[in-house]
Amino acid sequence: MLVIKNLRVAINGKEILKGVNLEVKPGEVHAIMGPNGTGKSTLASVIAGRDVYDITEGEIYFMGKDLTELSVEERASEGIFLGFQYPVEIPGVSITNFMRTAVNEQRKYKGLDPMPAGEFLAKMEEKKKLLDIQAKLANRSVNEGFSGGEKKKNEIFQMAMLEPKLAILDETDSGLDIDALKIVANGVNMLRRPDNAFLVITHYQRLLDYIVPDIVHVLYDGMIVRTGGKELAIELEEKGYEWIKAGLV
Amino acid sequence: MEKDPKNIIDEVTQSEYKYGFFTDIEMDTAPKGLNEDIIRFISLKKNEPQWLLEFRLDAYRKWLGMTEPTWAHLHHPPINYQDIIYYAAPKRKKELSSLDEVDPELLDTFKKLGISLEEQKRLSGVAVDAVIDSVSVKTTFSDTLEKKGILFCSFSDAVQKYPDLVKQYMGSVVPSDDNYFAALNSAVFTDGSFCYIPKGVRCPVELSTYFRINAANTGQFERTLIIGDEGSYVSYMEGCTAPMRDENQLHAAIVEIIALKDAQVKYSTVQNWYPGNKKGEGGIYNFVTKRGICKGNNSKISWTQVETGSAITWKYPSVVLMGDNSVGEFYSVAVTNNYQQADTGSKMIHLGKNTKSTIISKGISAGYSNNSYRGLVKMTKRAENSRNFSQCDSLLLGDKCGAHTWPYIKTENKSSIVEHEATTSKISDDQLYYCNQRGISTENAIGLIVNGYAREVLKQLPMEFAVEAQKLLAVSLEGSVG
Repeated sequence: MLVIKNLRVAINGKEILKGVNLEVKPGEVHAIMGPNGTGKSTLASVIAGRDVYDITEGEIYFMGKDLTELSVEERASEGIFLGFQYPVEIPGVSITNFMRTAVNEQRKYKGLDPMPAGEFLAKMEEKKKLLDIQAKLANRSVNEGFSGGEKKKNEIFQMAMLEPKLAILDETDSGLDIDALKIVANGVNMLRRPDNAFLVITHYQRLLDYIVPDIVHVLYDGMIVRTGGKELAIELEEKGYEWIKAGLV
Repeated sequence: MEKDPKNIIDEVTQSEYKYGFFTDIEMDTAPKGLNEDIIRFISLKKNEPQWLLEFRLDAYRKWLGMTEPTWAHLHHPPINYQDIIYYAAPKRKKELSSLDEVDPELLDTFKKLGISLEEQKRLSGVAVDAVIDSVSVKTTFSDTLEKKGILFCSFSDAVQKYPDLVKQYMGSVVPSDDNYFAALNSAVFTDGSFCYIPKGVRCPVELSTYFRINAANTGQFERTLIIGDEGSYVSYMEGCTAPMRDENQLHAAIVEIIALKDAQVKYSTVQNWYPGNKKGEGGIYNFVTKRGICKGNNSKISWTQVETGSAITWKYPSVVLMGDNSVGEFYSVAVTNNYQQADTGSKMIHLGKNTKSTIISKGISAGYSNNSYRGLVKMTKRAENSRNFSQCDSLLLGDKCGAHTWPYIKTENKSSIVEHEATTSKISDDQLYYCNQRGISTENAIGLIVNGYAREVLKQLPMEFAVEAQKLLAVSLEGSVG
């Protein structure tokens, strides 16, 4: 599904990713862990297509397509979703209106007619119920005045509405109390299917108690330095990142 | 690769005006220029009583002694008032009682604009008084309104049919020498709309007028007079689009609203006249005087405007709060793009006790345009315990446009409260990226964000207008990107 080969990325001339290799297959949940400032969020942004980064070397393919040829919105319509670490506020735009616009633009990209209003609203209801989200949330402006937990829940809700093939969750657990964390994790677990995949980026092992990954990668200084099963996360939690550093010396 | 968002903003803010076409109808026109004979010609054409001719001539003489105001933040070449045709009317056949009698070409024009009279009539229950150039062509629903005693007709008809009401109220809110453009209008106005809601009557439909400038080189000088008698209610809408022109066209309208005791008048407008091309050539010069007076106690006047057109907009819909406990409101969205200039805002003059006013102004500037808010809130000595809340927000798209705010506040008593809030913001790259990541193109993201930004004002519009206005906002800023 997602194939990244020897990816090197720089911003303002400073190299952040120094040759990342990664392959994500349908049905898999990958976790990317690592200390702050090692390039985790950069990797997420580069896959999503943010243009502030320069890809100096390497390839990113998604479903056989060269992602570097596609704009951010085209990648989204191809099925890539990014759950933001810091979701932005869009005052005056209701979540309903925002989602309807997004759903219909993605449908247009695929050559489909806009979703009929009734069908769309029914889908909103279904996903709200699934994720245990209060009805009034949908009438509020996108992220405006939301608590940290509400913002993250809203990201998961949008993911549920857009039904991506690959969902990247960038530090979705940061700033969440344990209840909000459970709701977010629960949402992800309910949306897991054999034909979609998740890339969960996190600093702490805590989230992985609830979203159990198939594969764990440790990103350190712009490179994936270790890859293992879910037990790697636990080991990392016990020994700390110093252990990784020591192993590299 | 992905397009540079900056370029996309440039692209989408440089769309062509969608309503550029014009109708070829035989005109009955006055020669170019302005003098007392022209004014007599207009008055004669309209079969006016002597007092109205005197009113015009008096205004004209005052106008001759006045000078064009220069205080607004607007720049344009001098206007040659002798190079303008002051009267142009489609040739009148006879009284029209059904749409079949309307010039098919005219109907076609309306259809292109999406203002089909038939549709209006059938679907929305809106009484439409369609003004093409200067003469009112068609009034519908007047029978229904008549049963309630509501008078709704063209200004010219009102002069013939209800001369006493016209004489009593015309010029009572905007005196003929109020300002340069008001004086000009008072001298040469050709038509407009008239509306009177009798005591205790709640007007059952949204009253609506579509104005449209149609003849090359024809100045437009409309006059609207709305009178809400005691305890009445009316919601009045005005909307306009104009065909493409190379020459600048002058428009100087007057709207007067009178709200008597316990009356409520809600006035909404969507203005989408030709704004000129991308280089700033052509476009309408729009110098309008709109003012209402809350004459009686507990009366209310509310202005809502969505301004997207015209090369130059000079417009300050105001309320004089004379009656105790009266309420004045002003809700505005003004969009400027390319080389458009807007200097707009409101005046709230508090005279009565416990009077309340609200000003919500949202300016959106793109391209090389300039968008200014200019407002006055005045609390006179008698206006004890009065309140005003003003909020003026500016949104900038790109880095070559300007937003300016000139709020004037004068308070002559100690018990009144005046609040003013102002913000200036830009559409952030983060917002665009967030929308893009959900699959929304930058063009549509801008439309979405701008509509969200203006929502507080748009929600004040009657249903019939809200959808149109939303589209218009998006179209003004996006349109036909290749």
